[in-house]
Amino acid sequence: MTAAAVATAGLTKRFGHQTAVDSIDLAVPTGAVYGFLGPNGSGKTTTIRMLLGLVGPTSGEVSLLGRPGGTTEVLSRVGALVEGPAFHPYLSGRDNLSRLDAVDLTTDRRSSRRRVDAALDRVGLLAAATKRYRAYSLGMRQRLAIASTLLRPRDLLVLDEPTNGLDPQGTREVRSLVGSLAHDGTTVLVSSHLLSEVEQMCSHVGVMHVGRLVAQGTVAELRAGSEPEARVETDQPEVAAEIMRGLGLLDVHATHGAATGRLADVAPEKVVAACVHQGVPVLGFRVGSPSLEDVFVALTGEGFDVNG
Amino acid sequence: MSTVDVLPARARLVSTRFLRSELALIFRRRRNQAGLAVLAAVPILVSVAVKLSSPHGGGQDGPDFFGSITENGLFVALASLTLELPLFLPLAVAAISGDSVAGEANIGTLRYLLTVPVDRSRLLRVKYAAIVLFSLAATLVVTVTGIVLGLALFGGGSMTLLSGVQVGFGDGLLRVLLASGYLAVCLASLGAVGLFVSTLTEQPIGATIAIVMFSTASFILDSIPQVSWLHPYLLTHNWLAFGDLLRDPISWTGVEHGIYVAVAYAAVFWLLSWARFGAKDVTS
Repeated sequence: MTAAAVATAGLTKRFGHQTAVDSIDLAVPTGAVYGFLGPNGSGKTTTIRMLLGLVGPTSGEVSLLGRPGGTTEVLSRVGALVEGPAFHPYLSGRDNLSRLDAVDLTTDRRSSRRRVDAALDRVGLLAAATKRYRAYSLGMRQRLAIASTLLRPRDLLVLDEPTNGLDPQGTREVRSLVGSLAHDGTTVLVSSHLLSEVEQMCSHVGVMHVGRLVAQGTVAELRAGSEPEARVETDQPEVAAEIMRGLGLLDVHATHGAATGRLADVAPEKVVAACVHQGVPVLGFRVGSPSLEDVFVALTGEGFDVNG
Repeated sequence: MSTVDVLPARARLVSTRFLRSELALIFRRRRNQAGLAVLAAVPILVSVAVKLSSPHGGGQDGPDFFGSITENGLFVALASLTLELPLFLPLAVAAISGDSVAGEANIGTLRYLLTVPVDRSRLLRVKYAAIVLFSLAATLVVTVTGIVLGLALFGGGSMTLLSGVQVGFGDGLLRVLLASGYLAVCLASLGAVGLFVSTLTEQPIGATIAIVMFSTASFILDSIPQVSWLHPYLLTHNWLAFGDLLRDPISWTGVEHGIYVAVAYAAVFWLLSWARFGAKDVTS
C-alpha cells in the first residue's frame, strides 16, 4: 500500500473574491499521522470540509484512499471530526451515537448497541452515556465527537482540533488514542493549533498559511530545512547579541535573559569564547535544531497560538 | 487496510433505521409533543363548549359542522379540522418541516450526518418521508381526539350529511377518516414547501415563519376575488373541499383538484430542495 490516503491536486476554494484555499497539493501517506498546522483562518477547516465533500472545490481534485473523494462509498471508511462537536442537545450521548449509527448504511443494527457502548467506553464516557448532551462539559462533548468516529472500523480519520477544550489529562488520552489507532494501521490527519502536541504524535506535517500549503513533509524533513540555532543565556542579552552579530550569526535577537541566532557557518564554541572574552557572563549555552514552532514562525511569520 | 476484513457485509441499499431515528427525534421532542397537545386541545374545547351551550351555527367560510355536532359526535372531528386548518395545522407542519434541514444545520449536526456519510438526496427523501408521516399524525391527532370525545359526549349512530342524506355510522366514520387523509395529503404538500425553505437557511425559526407566511398568503390570495385566475393554482385553494366528502353523492371535483395541486407542489418543491441542497456548500 503505497497509495496516498489523502491526495489533493490544485485544490482551490474561493468564497466570492476571497480565496480561502489556494491550489494546495496535500499528500498524506497511508499509515501516517499527519499534523495539519496553520494559524486560525489559514484555510485548514475549509480544506477538511472539501476532503469530506461538505464544500465543493472551486477547482482541483480530491482523492481519498485511492478513490475520488466525496462519494458515500469512500466516506464510510473515513471517520471525521469537523470544527468541534455537534449533537442534539436533548438526546443522551448514547442516543446521539445511536442516531449516527442508524443513518450509516454500512453498519449492522444488531451490533449497534455494542459498538456504541464500546466507542463510549474507549473515550471514557460510558458512565455518562445516559446523560443529556446539553449537560456535557466541553471536554465530554469533544470526547463524544471522537467516539462517533469509532463506531465502525475506519481506514482514515480526519480530526479537526481534537484536543480543543480537553484538560491536560484528556489531551494525553487523545494522543494515546490516536497513537493506538495509528498503530492499528489507521491513517490519521489531525489539525491542531497546539504545535507541541503535533510534534509529539505526528510523523508528517503540513503547514498552511493564508490559504497556501507552505511546507509539507516528515517532521524530520521540516526541521532539517532550517539551520541550527545558538542560544546564549546571560544577564546582558543586548551585549551578547551585538557580539553574536559581530561573529556573523544571522537573525540574532535578544529576549529577556537570552540572545539567539542562526549559526550559519560559525563554530558554536566561538560564540561562548567571544562572550566570555568581552566580559559577558554566560549562564547557559545551547545549540539545537529549532523547534517545530520556530520552523512554523519562520514559515508563516507569525505566532501560532493566535487566540490562546 | 487492516480494518476492511472486519467490516460487516457490504452496504445495504435500503434501511428504515434513518427514518425511524428521524421519527423518534420528532415525536420524542418535548416541543413537538406540546404542539400535538395543542392540536388535540381544540376538539376538546369544541366538544366541551358545545356541550355546555346550545349551538347556533358556526363557521362562515367552508362547511358548517358546528350545527350538527349535537346530532352526531363525529362532527366534532370535522369542526375541529375546519378550525385548525387556517393556522394550527399549517403551523405544526411548518415547525417540523422548517426544522428538518435548518435545525440540523443550526446545531451543526448536519455536517456530521453528511460525513457518516448520508447521501444528500437520501437525506432529503428521509426528511420528507418524516414530514409526510408527521402531517398524517397531526391530522389524526385532531380527528381521533374529536371522534373519541364527540362520541363520548354526543353519541354516534347514523349521520345526517351536509346534503341532508342519512348514512350509517360506519359510512360516516369512513368519510371522516377520508377527509382527514385528504387534509394530511394537503398538509404534506405544504411540508415540501417547508423542506425547500429549510434548505435555504440555518435558522429553523425563520424557516417556520416563512412557511406559515406562505400558507397564510395563499389563504389571503384565495379570498381576493380579483385574482380568481390564480385561485386554482394556490396550495390552499382546495383544502376546505374536504367538506365535499360529507355530501351524497360525493362531489369529487374539488378533492381531486386538491390532490393534483398537492402532488404537483410536493414534486416541484422536493425537486427544488434537491437542486438547492445537492450542490450546496455546508459551512454550518
